[in-house]
Amino acid sequence: MIPELQGFLFPNDIHILWSLMIVLYPYVTGLVAGAFIVSSLYHVFGRKELWPIGRFSLVASFAFMAVATLPLVNHLGHPERAFNIMVTPNSSSAMAGFGLVYNWYLMILILEIWFVFRKDIVMTARQSRGFKRFVFSMLALRTYDISEAALKTDHKIVTVLTAIGIPSACFLHGYVGFLFGALKANPWWSTPLMPVIFLFSAVVSGIAAMILMYMAAMALKGLPILRKTVATMASWLWLFMILTVTLELLEIITLAYESSEEWVIIRQLLTTRLSFSFISMQLIIGSLIPFILLLIVVLLGSQMKARVQNILAGTASCILLVQVFSMRWNVVIGGQLFSKSLRGLRSMYEPGFFEKEGILPALLIISLPFVILVVFEKFLPMFRSVEEAYAAGEIAMEDGEPAEADH
Amino acid sequence: MDNVSRREFIRKAALASGGCAVFLLLGPGGKGNAAQPGAEGGSPLGDYDWEQHQYAYLIDTVKCIGCGMCVKACKAENNVPDGFFRTWIERYEISEDGEAEVDSPNGGLDGFEENVSHVKIAKAFFVPKMCNHCAASPCVQVCPVGASYRTKDGVVLVDQEHCVGCGYCVQACPYGSRFIPHDENTPYARTAHKCTLCYHRITKGLKPACVAACPVGARQLADMKDQFDPVRKRIITERVAVLQPELLTEPSCYYSALDKEVR
Repeated sequence: MIPELQGFLFPNDIHILWSLMIVLYPYVTGLVAGAFIVSSLYHVFGRKELWPIGRFSLVASFAFMAVATLPLVNHLGHPERAFNIMVTPNSSSAMAGFGLVYNWYLMILILEIWFVFRKDIVMTARQSRGFKRFVFSMLALRTYDISEAALKTDHKIVTVLTAIGIPSACFLHGYVGFLFGALKANPWWSTPLMPVIFLFSAVVSGIAAMILMYMAAMALKGLPILRKTVATMASWLWLFMILTVTLELLEIITLAYESSEEWVIIRQLLTTRLSFSFISMQLIIGSLIPFILLLIVVLLGSQMKARVQNILAGTASCILLVQVFSMRWNVVIGGQLFSKSLRGLRSMYEPGFFEKEGILPALLIISLPFVILVVFEKFLPMFRSVEEAYAAGEIAMEDGEPAEADH
Repeated sequence: MDNVSRREFIRKAALASGGCAVFLLLGPGGKGNAAQPGAEGGSPLGDYDWEQHQYAYLIDTVKCIGCGMCVKACKAENNVPDGFFRTWIERYEISEDGEAEVDSPNGGLDGFEENVSHVKIAKAFFVPKMCNHCAASPCVQVCPVGASYRTKDGVVLVDQEHCVGCGYCVQACPYGSRFIPHDENTPYARTAHKCTLCYHRITKGLKPACVAACPVGARQLADMKDQFDPVRKRIITERVAVLQPELLTEPSCYYSALDKEVR
């Protein structure tokens, strides 16, 4: 068993202040950034094989964004004062920029979603009656022009918005990493690599989530899961997970090789308190296994049955979601498990199930985006093009190679 | 202190949000009439002029006997909740082969019991700790709402009516000087707490409770703007050190005879 306290801790250092909620916050914003990157692969970088999820990933990014503040507000000692951060921001505080960064990105997302769905909104407004017609004409902002030229303009605007959105998404998540990386008091956090690691692992979690959510959505709708769509996402996932794990290892190796005073306590931290969540979960199970699975998909994908490819990619995605969560945990909780005396370790942090910042609230928060997605789908179907292609027989439901139309 | 924090908050709010200032003065955070104090630069504490003082603190680790009176006095004076410390005492016992053993049972509140270890101790000493009231304080830097601030006379304080309780300052302090009590019986629960250098006392010409209670003069307050202050003279003429100087937080808390084992 791990002893309660070990070594000497500053007496105020025995409490864990940042809870599971603060682990959840970068996790959720990571999914925001990652899902957006997937949508931009389609909208800007021309990965046409991602057409089934071009819209879905954009809305998913929004759905995660909508709940990203909840863990923070739930964590605050005085949530009723949360708006102080917008009203009296302290210009020297990294955290004070949150309102600006968050709202900027939210605005871009909403604008982009509006332009992407404008045709659907106008069509629905035209085809429905009564209250529904009223709501959708409001959503259309009473602009009903969906001529070829207008839609072309929409498309251009979407491209521009995505182009602005990519650096914004990177900034949003790099910023979250900066919150930790720029604290010189904590040697486990304080590294310029932190924002970069956060960013790459965000993309990993986002792509992994999109692979799984795409599969789940298609299964629920009884539509085929396209081999090429999964294969493309799997290869990007593979690339980004390699970059992420490389950076994560680099950080540790540098710390170990420099062997400065902080390494003494960090080595103890990694080999005792974090031996499971860091060495087992983040490195061995979380990185090595998905690396091999995705390697198989990338190298042999076209020779294996679509079902096998999907199972491999899906399994790797599941594991990588856990890996990224472990990484967040190891940063946020790990950074608080040792005292700033650098002479002692705290007892383990185990969140209770029902407590205010415990497991149940975390589960509720992480399930909310899916509720948002289901509601959104009721109003504005995100897979219309897939449904149409399926109905037209352009794509088929089969184990082998489905016939795919060029979209 | 209440007035200071409120006024400081309003000043910062006005600076930061420009046009929103009017709204703020009338809003719940500002409480309208609290915005009364005189012209910019004047003291919000009546006769006390904070431009005329610059506080520093000197801790003599050779003198400290680890009796815990300072911790007791601080707790009594400031209603420090159990399990948290605005000041505490650390005991260092260093063996002949250089192994350091450090402890601070209950922050030194009840003094120290003799340590019966089998190693041969080469040197042993006590080190009182507290907020360093840094000039380049990381805690003030990171506070997202400007609730943490440093007064003109050099004391780092928290406006606990404005603090959101995010805990960023606690994480940013390299010295472990801040804490957030969640017990609802504590006044200003769920906000950041810390040493105020007994601001309510020193602005009346009194010594901080810990300084007043120390039986051996190990803890002393200095006014760096007072030419004739003997403690100031010691700080500027003797060899003194600060904690974790590599972080460049510019502490106002100086240590005489600081050992390399202390951080």
